[in-house]
Amino acid sequence: MNETAATAATGRGFFAEGRYPSVFGWIFSTDHKRIGLLYLWCIVTFFGVGVLLGLLIRLELFAPGETIMGAQAYNAVFTLHGVIMIFLFIIPGIPAAFGNLIMPIQVGARDVAFPKLNLLSWWFYIGGAALAVTALFTGGGPPDTGWTFYVPFAAQTTTNVSLAAVAVFILGFSSILTGLNFVVTIHRLRAEGMTWTRLPLFTWSLYATAWIQVLATPVLGITVALLFAERLLGTGLFDPALGGDPIMFQHLFWIYSHPAVYIMVLPAMGVVSDIIPVFARKPAFGYKAIVVSSLAIAFAGSLVWAHHMYTSGMSDVAVMVFSFLTFIVAIPSAIKVFNWLATLYQGSILLDPPLLYALSFILLFTIGGLSGLVLGAAATDVHVHDTYFVVGHFHFVMFGGTGMAFFAAMHYWLPKIYGRMYDKAVATVAWGTIFIGFCILYIAMKVVGVMGMPRRYYDYIPEFTGLNQLATFGSWILGLGLILMFVNLIVGIRKGPPAPANPWGGASLEWQIPSPPPTENFGEDDPVVSHGPYDFKKAGIL
Amino acid sequence: MSAHVHKDDTGARFGMWLFLFTELLLFGGLFILYAVYLARYPREFVTAGSQLNVWFGGANTLVLLTSSLLVAVSITTLRRGQVRLTLTLLGGTIACAALFMINKYFEWSAKIGHGLYPGSEHLHEIPPGEAVFFNIYYVTTGLHGIHVIIGALVLAWTMALIKSGRVHADDWIVLENAGLYWHLVDLIWIFIFPLYYLILH
Repeated sequence: MNETAATAATGRGFFAEGRYPSVFGWIFSTDHKRIGLLYLWCIVTFFGVGVLLGLLIRLELFAPGETIMGAQAYNAVFTLHGVIMIFLFIIPGIPAAFGNLIMPIQVGARDVAFPKLNLLSWWFYIGGAALAVTALFTGGGPPDTGWTFYVPFAAQTTTNVSLAAVAVFILGFSSILTGLNFVVTIHRLRAEGMTWTRLPLFTWSLYATAWIQVLATPVLGITVALLFAERLLGTGLFDPALGGDPIMFQHLFWIYSHPAVYIMVLPAMGVVSDIIPVFARKPAFGYKAIVVSSLAIAFAGSLVWAHHMYTSGMSDVAVMVFSFLTFIVAIPSAIKVFNWLATLYQGSILLDPPLLYALSFILLFTIGGLSGLVLGAAATDVHVHDTYFVVGHFHFVMFGGTGMAFFAAMHYWLPKIYGRMYDKAVATVAWGTIFIGFCILYIAMKVVGVMGMPRRYYDYIPEFTGLNQLATFGSWILGLGLILMFVNLIVGIRKGPPAPANPWGGASLEWQIPSPPPTENFGEDDPVVSHGPYDFKKAGIL
Repeated sequence: MSAHVHKDDTGARFGMWLFLFTELLLFGGLFILYAVYLARYPREFVTAGSQLNVWFGGANTLVLLTSSLLVAVSITTLRRGQVRLTLTLLGGTIACAALFMINKYFEWSAKIGHGLYPGSEHLHEIPPGEAVFFNIYYVTTGLHGIHVIIGALVLAWTMALIKSGRVHADDWIVLENAGLYWHLVDLIWIFIFPLYYLILH
């Protein structure tokens, strides 16, 4: 390699050289940043598909009766929207994409502990996704069960649930292996001086998440495996005619799927915890409290699954116990919110796009979290169970929470990864549009839910027309905002002005190396860490 | 690309233990179902469980315990550099796995011959509590059987690595991890055996 090529290669960082030519340099790469980008663009693509399906659902609900599709098509569309958004976007979203891109740099490592296993995880992800898509066009038609696959319907429907179950099993495997990799990486590969209390909060949140991924996902594995066996062999473990109990499916399903909502939201909280100190130019308030609350959420979140089943026929004692435990989880979540606010208090705030998204996370997540308490309390839940209030609630926490944090992470770290800056003014307009569209769409849903509109029907009574049309208008504004945001980011990545190594003034390790980062991050010069991730004075930022 | 080789045996061992936890939790779902259905149908579980042949189960327990001993010894022999003996011991472990599966084949064949298998007509005729016992028995031992096969394949792959010299006296973490996986297969059976073959008699 001659000198000019070497200089050019340095400027392009990890984009410069792959082990194999063209696309094979990516899909067979074990570099955590390349794998992270593979995840990111797959995830963004699936997110786009999910959004499109969501817009179709809203369009169908624009007026009572059949508007653009019939009942069966509607069932398939909302099932697909759920499966894609949950298993292909939100669960892998922040951990697999930004966890891979950023976490090894944040701990001061050259890569994750098991780079080949990391690549295998991506292949499982893409294989599972391919099977999920195949399930739509083969067998008895697209699954129509909802993303929860409740038996007995899921065991009896003639649609292609079996293949979808296999896809979920494989996606779960991918998630487990990523979690395992991250736990070992954070334990074993921290740089010299990177003590546990100097870990950035994003890495801490991934650590808590990774434990849930490792410990909860196998239960989903056995659940969908049993569903598959029930459909294929008639094992009947959930079939009352053979002594089985359908409620047991719900228990096993939620033993994974409730902790899974913390797989979805904990990394998002980590992103927000990392962004707020940087843009407030203040050390994170209550660093240790935020760390402990992440671990507490991971622990307590594993004990609340049955709050999805108050109306499924459990004993009153079980309902009360699970309701109580659900309220417990609100405490560590609130601790985080108060610490973020205290960090912002008297800070020197820079209202850049990453912070705008982080702030909307705090607001929308708090609203979503509080409406979660309405559902956690058994007395009120009985009234709003399976209504649009629930749909509004989880879109507030999942989209308003994790979705916004995902966008925040993109605006925060993509200039680092690509070495180019997007247009901040356009990004701000896009944020405003998304925020307004979001509020119109999901507040309308919550209101119509309290009025009694049930979820998962393609039709409704005429009294609900006004609010449904408002929600559909909101979905259009939201869609426009998303298009603007992605176009702006993509234009920025391709043609934006060069971004410096540390565009935001962060003090954690990823800002100490060039943008884009070199292939082995720090190369032979493994970093020695001498201060915390938010010590802006010692880092020379302030 | 720099020729930096990252080697961390403790990390590899840690990763394997985490993976073993996931396997335990996978079977954990089935043990939960067993517990719930046993509490709901205690009589039917005894009636159905008494029909399992304790000699088949007992023989397989001995086979698996022996296989675990062999794999544990093989790690020591490899560390001492006794490659040939290590390969013999691992071959013995795989032979035990085969013996286990053959035993299982005859046990299952006998049950299937009596019309007791998932989806059979006969299971719809007997009381639901007995039907659910046989179904969960097939699912649990079936899943365990799959793990026996996977474990044997992993050990065979490790043998190939030892033969080609890539796993040797100074670098034996692959064998240790393969052995750990095999012990897990054994350990799960140690729970299946009493739950299905002993306590219901």
